[in-house]
Amino acid sequence: MTVTVPYDLAVARYEPVIGLETHVELGTLTKMFCGSPVTFGAEPNSAVCPVCLGLPGSLPVINKTAIEYTIRIGLALNCSIATWCRFARKNYFYPDMPKNFQISQYDEPLCTDGFLNIEVDGQEFTIGIERVHLEEDTGKSQHVGTTGRIHGADYSLVDYNRAGIPLVEIVTRPVPGTGALAPAVAKAYVSELRDLLRSLAVSDVRMEQGSLRCDVNTSIAPAGSGEWGTRTETKNVNSLRSVERAVRSEIERQAGVLDEGGRVIQETRHFHEETGKTTSGRSKEEAQDYRYFPEPDLVPVAPSREWVQEIRAALPELPAARRVRLQAEWGLSDLDMTALRNVDALDLVAETVAAGAAPDQARNWWLTELSRHANDTGAELADLAITAEDVAAVIALVAAGQLNNKLARQVVDGVLAGEGSPAEVVAARGLAVVTDTSVLSAAVDDAIAANPDIAAKIADGKVAAAGALVGAVMKATKGQADAASVRQLILERCAANLAAAWSPAGGTSRPLTTLRRILSDLSAVCRRTYVFPQSKRDLPAVESAKVAQFFTERYPDFGVPRRCRSPTVVTSGCKTQRRGRSPLE
Amino acid sequence: MAAADELTTMTAAEMAAAVAAGEVSAVELTRAHLDRIELTDVKVRAFLHVGAEPALAAARSVDERRAAGRPLGPLAGVPLALKDVFTTTDMPTTCGSKILAGWQPPYDATLTRRLRDAGVVILGKTNMDEFAMGSSTENSAFGPSRNPWDLNLVPGGSSGGSAAAVAAYQAPLAIGTDTGGSIRQPGAVCGIVGVKPTYGGSSRFGLVAFASSLDTPGPLTRTVLDAALLHEAISGHDPNDSTSLDAPVPPVVAAARNPDVAGLRVGVVAELSGDGYAPGVLTRFNETVELLETLGAKVTEVSCPHFTYALPAYYLIAPSECSSNLARFDAMRYGLRIGDDGVASAEEVMSLTRATGFGAEVKRRIMLGTYALSSGYYDAYYGKAQQVRTLIIRDFEAAFEQVDVLVSPTTPTTAFPIGERADDPMAMYLADLCTIPSDLAGNAAISVPCGLAPENGLPVGFQVMAPVLADDRLYRVAGAVEAALDARRGASFLAQARGLAGLDETAEAGR
Ligand SMILES: [Zn+2]
Repeated sequence: MTVTVPYDLAVARYEPVIGLETHVELGTLTKMFCGSPVTFGAEPNSAVCPVCLGLPGSLPVINKTAIEYTIRIGLALNCSIATWCRFARKNYFYPDMPKNFQISQYDEPLCTDGFLNIEVDGQEFTIGIERVHLEEDTGKSQHVGTTGRIHGADYSLVDYNRAGIPLVEIVTRPVPGTGALAPAVAKAYVSELRDLLRSLAVSDVRMEQGSLRCDVNTSIAPAGSGEWGTRTETKNVNSLRSVERAVRSEIERQAGVLDEGGRVIQETRHFHEETGKTTSGRSKEEAQDYRYFPEPDLVPVAPSREWVQEIRAALPELPAARRVRLQAEWGLSDLDMTALRNVDALDLVAETVAAGAAPDQARNWWLTELSRHANDTGAELADLAITAEDVAAVIALVAAGQLNNKLARQVVDGVLAGEGSPAEVVAARGLAVVTDTSVLSAAVDDAIAANPDIAAKIADGKVAAAGALVGAVMKATKGQADAASVRQLILERCAANLAAAWSPAGGTSRPLTTLRRILSDLSAVCRRTYVFPQSKRDLPAVESAKVAQFFTERYPDFGVPRRCRSPTVVTSGCKTQRRGRSPLE
Repeated sequence: MAAADELTTMTAAEMAAAVAAGEVSAVELTRAHLDRIELTDVKVRAFLHVGAEPALAAARSVDERRAAGRPLGPLAGVPLALKDVFTTTDMPTTCGSKILAGWQPPYDATLTRRLRDAGVVILGKTNMDEFAMGSSTENSAFGPSRNPWDLNLVPGGSSGGSAAAVAAYQAPLAIGTDTGGSIRQPGAVCGIVGVKPTYGGSSRFGLVAFASSLDTPGPLTRTVLDAALLHEAISGHDPNDSTSLDAPVPPVVAAARNPDVAGLRVGVVAELSGDGYAPGVLTRFNETVELLETLGAKVTEVSCPHFTYALPAYYLIAPSECSSNLARFDAMRYGLRIGDDGVASAEEVMSLTRATGFGAEVKRRIMLGTYALSSGYYDAYYGKAQQVRTLIIRDFEAAFEQVDVLVSPTTPTTAFPIGERADDPMAMYLADLCTIPSDLAGNAAISVPCGLAPENGLPVGFQVMAPVLADDRLYRVAGAVEAALDARRGASFLAQARGLAGLDETAEAGR
């Protein structure tokens, strides 16, 4: 057994070259060559017909939508679209292939010679796309027995629901020059490709459901030799993380082989999620001869230039352009955007924002709380049991003061634990902040009454002193109050107390709400962050006059302060009459 | 017997007219043919399966339709023998192979459906060379059919069962498939009309493929008009077959009703004559060319230099496609399964089933095709063969610039004895020498009886070839030949068949 070389050592001495073949199941309504529905999880062999079962006499007919989707992919990958091409038969025997040949494309693919730009650690790489072609998927075998493979199985079951689903294969050119970044480049490519396919609305691109499948080619050669080594093809790489791990593990393994003076064998290898290692599969040296020849049951495909142009014109905004736009709309930093992409949260944030949340809030939730949760459980963000709508709902509850941050986290935990929607979790766990004004008011009143000296400080304009009263109220409500609201309420209560004294009728008849409105308007007018005009000394004469004018115009029914009948009086009169006291009094 | 004789010896057009006029019911007509099959098929062995029940049910529905005053198609109530290569939901489909013995398809071929819709009564499924590979029906896993002219002779193939059924008056109509001559060659050696329409003229959906780019369904009948009526009934675009033509059906029935060759330019293919052709075949062929001239046609000799390469090209292209088409017969989903003892692997079962289930000729062609498609050989074999195919198409195009139709003998010889060529594939393949070019080029061709070879008294076929989608020209020429020869003879062509009388005697003695 060859010893693997630690990654850093391996890439210090060897230069990797990678290549990727990606299979994407298209999300068409019907299969590639028949009218059977494209489904997942249906009862085995229920979505089949004579054509996709390959019954004698049946004939394929090309699904035009599948051709359109493939052209869409080709155009988005900057490929040339063939003016004329044919399908071919790939002949080999396997029980999950109903006809024992697969209708595919061989030397006449629909799309050729494109590229996709990706970014890793701020470094841009251009991945050459050799070809994009269309074929049909096979059925799914289930081998019952100890080995789990066809050899050694007691018996095997085949489900042909998948047989005939349109499958696009996207093949890159070999990618040299990535050095130690090879695994990251491979992952970034698949990630970018997935985003691209999703934006094109041609597939649901769920790697775990197998609608996006990757084969990773890896070779290494001594650094500086300028040569390329023998490549292996690693199959069964079915998550972004696995793509990275598979390349890494192959580099380490191949370095071990070369270090021992061995020779890398051109072969198919299988990737194992559990160990992160690859094991040898079929050797290419005993590779099958697929005996490709043009499919005689189909006519050539010749997409008109007009049609291709129509498809091009209808292409949606592609991910790279979309990221630029979203960043501008959201006002997030490059660092934030990279972080969001790294955890694959861009769409989630976009959906959260679309559901009404503020972009920075959406970013915060997905990047911190939810990313931590995903990390802890080893899941992808998108697979968490919480939707963008849920997150937006939590953010809205916080904004409305019905949750504080601490409670919000508990709500999110509840949603993640499958306890229902945020509203349901709030209800079930009794997590809402105390918004019952009578309860809060009582607590605030108690706090003010219990701390007359602090209340006096506030009345004197020392707003910071409110913190002590907030703490008292929070304690009294067992943390279920929103601190900001409590603070607001304390200040309002103090203001109301002052206003009561200030109003001509003694204040008791004046509705608190009106006062609240006045106070908020006042702070806007003052352009300073006065919660309420704390001290006449803080008001420059001009502003003070403005305040008085605003006050009388806006609230004529409220009356004007006693002894302050005109704006001019406000400045002078107050000064003389209420020296040493709150200017509002 | 006499009454039944009258019913079975009418032409299809006459039968349809009689049914429409209420002179005979479709059920009576069907019964008469079922009886005839029962009496004669012990000798002829044209049928692999007779579906008396479904046939009578179909006939009853035609009678009901007529009784209800609803319109009937031009072939409603007329019995037909269907080559066992088309899927049928009410009868098995075996393709003459053990590997499909007893297979009951869950769907009707488009052609089957069209026949049913036209009110045609399908009597049963006819014998054929296994998967349509052969020229004698000797490759059928269920034994050969016999030529009604002489039961010791082959009826041709691969649609030999269909041809024999029509020649033996078991059915006025039959459907065959032509891949290398499989309609025209049995038509010629059984003394009946056989038509290979333009490729794509009628649907292949539900036709179990031998060579996809060549397979063409077509009629086998006793008269040119009957062929045209059946041709029309099965033709037209089918969205389930990508290779079916989306073009109007050529006016074949009109052409058959008004055959006229005055002014028609007829080209005799220089390459399809000479060494290897039986003298009697050439005699009758040349007489027929002269006949056409007397009818006003302008005859010239035309050279198609690449026709000489047609046979080898065909024997690379057809086996290549068949090697892939027949891969699906693997015991996994339907048909024969051998060696599934609970221990053997799927691969072993596949291999054993195919080894047991396929006959020698099928295996030979699968091997040949697999070889021709293999990497390293593809360009030299399959690739070259496709180039030859293009050259043959160009030969036709050039010829059809000079003439309206091309003519040749249908086959180099008349019917040969059962067993004579069974062990000599090359000799067997030569039976298709004249028919293969039209298959490779995809154009239309017909074989019409043109007399008996003087040396053995067996029927000779006269082949007419027309450009793609000019199928109506076939009927103009064949109709004219048929009319002139019938007039000269004063009797139907088949009346001369020695074996037919023998069949009746045997049958009556057997009663
Ligand atoms: Zn299907």
